[in-house]
Amino acid sequence: MNKTNEKGMSLIVKTITRLTVGIMLLYGIYIISHGHLTPGGGFAGGVIIALSFVNLMLAYGKEVTLKKLPKGVASFFEGMGAILFLGIALLGFTGGYFFFNFIAKGEPFRLFSAGIIPLFNIAISLKVGAGLFAIFISLVLLKIEAEKK
Amino acid sequence: MKVYLLCLGLFCIGLYCILRKRNIIKIILGFIIAEYAVNLFFILAAYRMEGRSPIFAPDAKIVNMVDALPQALVLTAIAIGLANVALLISIALRIYDKYGTFDITKIRELRG
Amino acid sequence: MMQIYLLLGAMIVVAILAVELKDLLSSIVALGAVGLLLCIAFITLKAPDVAITQLVVEILCLIILIRATLKRDLPFSTTGRWFLNTLIAVIFISVFLLVAAKCLKDLPQFGYPIMRVAGTYLKEGMTKTGAANIVSSIELDYRAYDTLGEATVLFATVIGILAIVRKSGVKKEGEEDSEENE
Repeated sequence: MNKTNEKGMSLIVKTITRLTVGIMLLYGIYIISHGHLTPGGGFAGGVIIALSFVNLMLAYGKEVTLKKLPKGVASFFEGMGAILFLGIALLGFTGGYFFFNFIAKGEPFRLFSAGIIPLFNIAISLKVGAGLFAIFISLVLLKIEAEKK
Repeated sequence: MKVYLLCLGLFCIGLYCILRKRNIIKIILGFIIAEYAVNLFFILAAYRMEGRSPIFAPDAKIVNMVDALPQALVLTAIAIGLANVALLISIALRIYDKYGTFDITKIRELRG
Repeated sequence: MMQIYLLLGAMIVVAILAVELKDLLSSIVALGAVGLLLCIAFITLKAPDVAITQLVVEILCLIILIRATLKRDLPFSTTGRWFLNTLIAVIFISVFLLVAAKCLKDLPQFGYPIMRVAGTYLKEGMTKTGAANIVSSIELDYRAYDTLGEATVLFATVIGILAIVRKSGVKKEGEEDSEENE
């Protein structure tokens, strides 16, 4: 695409990506943390976080992105999300039953309210974002391997 | 009632694509269209005339909300649909890697 | 009311385009148009949570599909038993439509749902869970087992994809006889 043999797209795409990737990540975190007050939630925020890393990979090539977030780390975060989800659900047994809302509800319309729902949102977003990013990395690596033959 | 029939029509387009097309990517496209139609059907069944979104506001009293239960179910269904599509595409890429084609009839010709 | 009909009509036209176009990349872009129209339809039907999720999922799905089809040679074959295949497809779809049209009569009228379960949720959800977003409170508190099942399915999918696309342990061409026992 450009004269030198660099990986990735042209300079314009790289500059715009460098400027916007942080904003995308921040927007994903906003969507997750306000999931119990406004539209959004764990799944949408997790996909937005995964999309920010996918954007980085499309612009800069796979080496730069894999240095920032290796595949093993993504798998680790996915397992951590699942364990966090199950752990919070199991902690409900202190109050009575599985998935019991054991934290105080707090005042409505505040950020720290609604008991365990924000914690569940964070766990699901970790799981979804890391899992989808791992899926995308695997598909990209398979494609490169297939074209080498 | 006509809205439901149009939604069924969208589902039938996806079904026709799954049954009739030979290319694996086209079959996956039909699968995705059918999935969209089912999601839309759930949300259509939840709609209420002059309804509001099921989100409370601190300063206004909101009445006449739409049905919130199918929305939660569809939110789960969309996630599972994306996972399904990714799995199907990885299988299709494996088939392309092995046989060199996306055509399902060619695959049958090559290996018994 | 009118805009729902318009959106559904546009979705059907673009879906037919996506099915019948010869070029695969064009049909994938048409599928993206169907997804974005669906997102607008969700907003019109007062479901903003589902609309946001549909938008981001559509983008990721489109990226994966384009990644899969780029630079592949894609012949479009129409040979074979054209008549028989179309006949079978049409018969199957018409049987499905007959059954579905019979079931549609039992549904409540559009715009007037029977909210037997959701009425309770809407009335008490705010005070019982403390979340302003009722969809979030249903998904993560009243029906959290749904979300647990979704997480399980996603986990199984990631494991399945990593197993399908792995490098080691896959038989190469020509080595099939010698490494039969491994």
